[in-house]
Amino acid sequence: MEAFIDGISAISPQKTLDGSVFLQELQEYKGVHALKCIEPPYSDFLDPMASRRMSRIVKMGACAAMKCLKEASLENPGAIITGTGLGCIEDTEKFLTSLYTNEEKLLNPTPFIQSTHNTVAAAIALMLKCNSYNNTYVHRGFSFESALLDGLMLLHERTAERVLVGGLDELTNHSFAITNRLGFWKRQPIDSLRLLEYKSKGSLAGEGVAFFALNREKSEKTIAMIRSIDTIFNPGTPAETERRLSVFVEKAAGGMGKLDLIVLGMNGDPEMDEVYRHLVNTLFGLVPCAFFKHICGEYDTASSFALYLAAAILKEQKVPEAIRLDKRSIGQIKNILVYNHVRNSNHSMFVVSAC
Amino acid sequence: MSDRVFVTGIGVISALGFDIDETASALQKSKSGIGRISLFDTVYKEEIPVAEVKASNIELAERAQVKQDGLFSRTSLLGLIAARQALSQAQVRDFAGTRTGLISATTTGGMDRSERFFKEYLKNNRRGRLRDIVTHDCGNSTEIIAKQTGIRDYVTTISTACSSSANAILLGARLVKNGMLDRVLAGGVDALTLFTLNGFNSLMILDRNGCKPFDEERNGLTLGEGAGFLMIESERLVKKQGKTILGEVKGYGNACDAHHQTASSPEGNGAYLSMEKALITAGLKPAMIDYINAHGTGTKNNDLSEGIAIKRLFQDSVPAFSSTKAYTGHTLGAAGAIEAVFCIMALQHQWLYPNLNFRQTMKELGFSPVASFQHHVPVRYIMSNSFGFGGNNTSIIFSGC
Repeated sequence: MEAFIDGISAISPQKTLDGSVFLQELQEYKGVHALKCIEPPYSDFLDPMASRRMSRIVKMGACAAMKCLKEASLENPGAIITGTGLGCIEDTEKFLTSLYTNEEKLLNPTPFIQSTHNTVAAAIALMLKCNSYNNTYVHRGFSFESALLDGLMLLHERTAERVLVGGLDELTNHSFAITNRLGFWKRQPIDSLRLLEYKSKGSLAGEGVAFFALNREKSEKTIAMIRSIDTIFNPGTPAETERRLSVFVEKAAGGMGKLDLIVLGMNGDPEMDEVYRHLVNTLFGLVPCAFFKHICGEYDTASSFALYLAAAILKEQKVPEAIRLDKRSIGQIKNILVYNHVRNSNHSMFVVSAC
Repeated sequence: MSDRVFVTGIGVISALGFDIDETASALQKSKSGIGRISLFDTVYKEEIPVAEVKASNIELAERAQVKQDGLFSRTSLLGLIAARQALSQAQVRDFAGTRTGLISATTTGGMDRSERFFKEYLKNNRRGRLRDIVTHDCGNSTEIIAKQTGIRDYVTTISTACSSSANAILLGARLVKNGMLDRVLAGGVDALTLFTLNGFNSLMILDRNGCKPFDEERNGLTLGEGAGFLMIESERLVKKQGKTILGEVKGYGNACDAHHQTASSPEGNGAYLSMEKALITAGLKPAMIDYINAHGTGTKNNDLSEGIAIKRLFQDSVPAFSSTKAYTGHTLGAAGAIEAVFCIMALQHQWLYPNLNFRQTMKELGFSPVASFQHHVPVRYIMSNSFGFGGNNTSIIFSGC
């Protein structure tokens, strides 16, 4: 299953609101444990009256969606599908806090309403008055992948001609504090672009929103195409991942030899990165490799940032030095493989191609 | 590609009982599961009724065949119990050579444990037991079901508020029809929590006397908990293995009301569209539907909006319909799947379910739901509606075989 990508947009810790600027000027964050999004002036995309009541993740999601649709000249998508690992946690925390501090009395319902995981997809539909198919996936490192597969399937079934698919997750002070206690992040502050140089346990926390307008047919807006997507749940060994990935690349791109770049989800935690290193030393051979979690941080839907990055690279034909893993020469870039996993349990892969 | 997809196993746990037999018995006796809150402390204990699964987590763990060592949320335990029943009825024992997926749905995931964590954490952010927070996310219960049952070819979780598990069934049917999988265990689960109780209470839509769907005097919903799962298999696999078919997923429709974050549109647009899409994919005319298992939460807004949508779509041939939420309470993310199980049971036994607590016809509608349990009614096509916050509306049509 494949689709043409007519529009992309992202709000991330990078200057992604302008795709061409982003690849030229990567942001470095010094002495940090987490990366937060550079938020745009929302009034360019959202009605201030409507956005006043929106939480941060809803604003970021709705804004990125509107920008993506504008880029693709898509007014009424045939489906709106989002993926989010943790959903609207700021409002979940807000409602829980008021529940306990007010001892269950006189609670403001707004944070409860907006704590629902499908709030962003619903807000987009509401803004567009879009009655089409609407769905939200909430499965850890498969959240965005499930949304993407659903979108591809709707196009394949001819249920829809053009669909909007997005991945979104927000980092809050509480969610950082709790995941920090769980040992997810490095104890010492780090310089983001040097993430892979630290040998300590843990990664760099992150967040972001990315949206894609997918088209069944190629159009004058088309910037790239997504060829195929697959996921592996709890592979037993790196060798099993290698086997599955090899079969996938053969089917999706015609073999490893056809790949011009591989984008990997290395997150700086030696245990988590073991499988990537195994693949770099075996299956990937001499294909140039890059990584991305040092520029967006680690979160459940970071793979949506990777798809944004891959599409931007195909469009601009430029790979910033700071994301490269090796010094192999890169010519014209036609096919990019993105391979990512979240906590070694949810592995995903997709091929993005120029067209 | 598989043109037709069949249901070969069902599993359910709710306030009506721990399995299909207990559920069937309660349904036939018109016995509601609504009662008083016993699961957790709340200031609303004496005031707001709920429909609890009548068992502690320790008892549930035993039924789920896991050691309750404090690692499971109530959500996971409920889900696992219903999932095992569906697998067992479908006689799915090994997964070699068959691509099997698991699609679960939930609205609050492991909130029953996270709220315990958060209470302590709020006092001091070094406090709260971490084992109570690692089960928080919606994917947790799904992965536990996947690991315990051995399903691993495709695993995902859906959350679209109260239509969540209807969307899980819809996705499951599509994955099999598109040849991505041979079979899917699809359903959903939600446990009662202080979070949801207070959430719906803050919206002032909890009926203090238990819900009365489609009644003129209805005054809100009643929360419930539980899980439902359906084993959905391709036609090829069913034929090859000579399986007993319980029903067919005939059609489905998903549409967005796009009217308001919580309220349904007065003309029931989203509901109309999801039902219409389901009829189109099923290739059926409205008059061919024998029974609608309505969303029917008991709120002023939902029942009016849904009723008007039914009237608009079915016109002079409004079929028998009822909401079973006065039996089970509104089980949120599990509702679509639990009610899908009820639909399959109705097709198997040719039953119609009563809309408990109904007394007075809604003025705006002029038609009434099924009043008492009915046996031996010819039922071939059933439509099941599930509508959620955000205007997420899904309708599924099941047919008998």
